[in-house]
Amino acid sequence: MNTSQEYIELFKAKENLLEKASPSFMMNIREEAIHEFGLAGLPDRKDELYKYTSLQKLFEPGYTMQLQPSHVDFSLEDLFNCDVPNLQTRLEIILNGFYKVNGTALTEMDNGIIIGSFAEALRKYPELVKEHYARHAGYKKDSLVALNTAFAIDGLFLYVPRGQVLEDPVQVVHLPMTGVDTMLHYRNLFIMEDNASAEVIVCDHTLSPFRFLTNSVTEIYAGTGASFYYSRIQNEHLNSNLLTNLFIHQEADSTVKSNTISLHGGLIRNNTNVLLNAEGCNNETYGLFMSDKNQHIDNYVNIDHAKPNCTSTQLFKGILDEQSTGAFNGRILVRQDAQKTLAYQTNNNILMSDEARMNSKPQLEIYADDVRCSHGATTGQLDEDALFYMQARGIPRQEARLLMLYAFAHEVIEKIQVTPLKDRINHLVDKRLRGELSRCNNCSMACGDLPIPD
Amino acid sequence: MLSIKELKVNIADKEILSGINLQVKAGEVHAIMGPNGSGKSTLATAIAGRDTMDITHGSIKYKGEDLLEMDPEERAKKGIFLGFQYPVEIPGVSMVSFMKTAVNEHRLYNGLEPLSAGDFLKYMREKKELVEFDSQLANRSVNEGFSGGEKKKNEIFQMALLEPKLAILDETDSGLDIDALKIVANGVNTLKNKDNATIVITHYQRLLDYIVPDFVHVLYKGRIVKSSGRELALELEEKGYDWIKEEAGR
Repeated sequence: MNTSQEYIELFKAKENLLEKASPSFMMNIREEAIHEFGLAGLPDRKDELYKYTSLQKLFEPGYTMQLQPSHVDFSLEDLFNCDVPNLQTRLEIILNGFYKVNGTALTEMDNGIIIGSFAEALRKYPELVKEHYARHAGYKKDSLVALNTAFAIDGLFLYVPRGQVLEDPVQVVHLPMTGVDTMLHYRNLFIMEDNASAEVIVCDHTLSPFRFLTNSVTEIYAGTGASFYYSRIQNEHLNSNLLTNLFIHQEADSTVKSNTISLHGGLIRNNTNVLLNAEGCNNETYGLFMSDKNQHIDNYVNIDHAKPNCTSTQLFKGILDEQSTGAFNGRILVRQDAQKTLAYQTNNNILMSDEARMNSKPQLEIYADDVRCSHGATTGQLDEDALFYMQARGIPRQEARLLMLYAFAHEVIEKIQVTPLKDRINHLVDKRLRGELSRCNNCSMACGDLPIPD
Repeated sequence: MLSIKELKVNIADKEILSGINLQVKAGEVHAIMGPNGSGKSTLATAIAGRDTMDITHGSIKYKGEDLLEMDPEERAKKGIFLGFQYPVEIPGVSMVSFMKTAVNEHRLYNGLEPLSAGDFLKYMREKKELVEFDSQLANRSVNEGFSGGEKKKNEIFQMALLEPKLAILDETDSGLDIDALKIVANGVNTLKNKDNATIVITHYQRLLDYIVPDFVHVLYKGRIVKSSGRELALELEEKGYDWIKEEAGR
C-alpha cells in the first residue's frame, strides 16, 4: 500500500467520526475531497511544484490523526496574553486543530461580526459558510487541500458584515500539543463582506516535543472595497512541520496584505494563492524566513490577475545558515483580460554557510499586452567589503554580520502595518539572528513542565 | 606611534609591497605619494587589517604592540582609522545605527559607558558641523546613493566621531571638487593635535596645499624610494613621477 492509500483507508475507518463531527452536507464534500486526493496522490519531486520539497517522507505513517478536541486544564490565555506588548488583541486559540472554547464557541457582536469556532459556524450558519467554504480553496488536483478538506473539522471562523470594521486585531495561536506524534488539519474561513475590514495575526507554536505535521487551509474572501491584513509568525521546533495553504479571493477595489515570518520550524511549506477577480484590487504578499540546522522552508506564491487594473507585489527574503535549504517559487499569471496589470516580484536570499542551498524560481505567464511586470531574484553571501568597512570602524565581525542581516530582514518587517506587532517581530528576528531561540514571551519551550492534554 | 619594518605583502601570490619601512610619530603628518599601482592602497589596508592579503615578511608595530596579531576591529578600537578610497555602500544599515554601534564599541573598549540614543544624536550633531556634513545624509543608509564627494565627507565625519590616534586617509581627495577638498582638509586639520598622527595617501599634490605634511614619501613598485620634506611634493607636481622611476631604476 502506498502512502496516499494509507490516508484513504484512514478516512474510511474514521468516516463515522467525521460524519458526527459536522453537518450532513459536509460529508459529501469530504467524500469528494478524499476521492480527489486518491486521484492526485501526494506530490513527489517529479511534480514541478514540489521539485524542491519532498512530501513523501513527511507523510509516511506514524502519526496519530487528531480528529477530536483536546482538553487541557490550565489557562492557555495566560500563557500568551502578553505576547505582543502594547497591542490590544482578541486572543483565540486553536489547540490541536480545534477551537478552544472560552465562554462561547461563537461570539456574535452587536455590529454583526461573528468570530469563533469554524465547526460551530458550520452548525449555526451553514448557508453563510457554504457560500465560501471550499469555493476559494479548490481541492481538485491539489492533494494537500483535498486531504485537509477530507479531515479538517474545526479552526477559526471570522465574518465581518458589509461596511463593518473589526476594531482590535484577532490574534490566533495555533498550538499542536499532544503526547504522541500527531497529524493535524485545521481550517480557517475569513469572510470580509463589501467594505469590511479586519486584521488577523496568526502564530504557529508548538508546546510539546513530539513530531507534528500540520496541514492547514485558510480561505479569505474580500468583497468589494474590503480590506484585510493577515500576519503570520511561524515559530516551531525542528520536529514540527507546517504545510499551510492560503487562498485569497479578492473582489473589486479590495486590498489584502499578508506577511509571513518563518522564524523556526522543521519543514515549512507555505502555499499562497491569490485570485484578483475584479478590477482595482491590490494585493501585497510578503515573506521572511530564517533557517539553520537541517530546516527546510519553501514558499510558493501564485497570483492570478484575472481582471484589469489590479496591482500585486511580492517580496520574499531568506537567510539560510548551516545545512538548511529553502525554495521560492513565485508565479504571476496575467490573463488576457487583465490589461493595465502591475505585478512585481522580488526574492532575495543570503547564504551564510557553504552548505546552505536556495532554489528560486520566478514564473511569469502573461497573456495581456498592456501590463507592467517585473521580477528579480538574487542569492548571495554577505558583502565582504561591507563587513571589512564596519570592522575598520571598530564593529566586531559578528556584530557587523548581524547589522547587515538585520538590515536585510528589515525591508520585510517594515511592511508589517500593526506597529506593536512590528516591534515584536523586530525583537524576535533580532534574537533569532543572534542565535537565541526566539520564543514568544511566555511560550516556554521548556515544554516538559507543561501538562499534556488527553 | 607606528613602526613598519621590512613589510612584504602578497595579494593572490603576487608581491605588491616589497619591504616597506616607515616610522610615524605622534603629531606628525606623513604624505605617501606615488604613481598608480605602486602599492599605496595595499599599504593602507595592510595597516587596517584586511585579511585578503598575505603578510609574507616584516612587522607593523603600533604603540609598541604587534598590529599583525590583531583583528581589524581591535586595531580600530586602539585608535587606527582608515579613510577608504572607495567607501562601501551598506543598504539598509542606517548611518545612525552604524556609527552608534561603532562609537559605543570604542567607548566600551575604553571603559566608558555606551552613549544613549539621545546623547549619541547630540554628539553626532556636533561633529556634523565640523565637516559640513548634510543632516539628511546622516539619516540615510551608509553611503547608499551618496555622491563621490558626499562619501568622502562621510569618511571624515566618521573620523570625527571616532577621534582616532592614527588616521590613514586613502586618496580622500580623489573625485573631490575644490570646495569639497577644502571642507575635507579643514576637517582633518581641525581634528589634528599633538597626540595624533595622520598618513595622507594621495596621487596629487593638490591636497597637500591644504593638509601640510611634515614628511613626503614616494612609493614605487612596492618600495619607498624617496623620503623628504614638503618640498618633495612640489617637485613631484612640477616634474611628475618619471624622474623618480628613472632614479629608482638606476
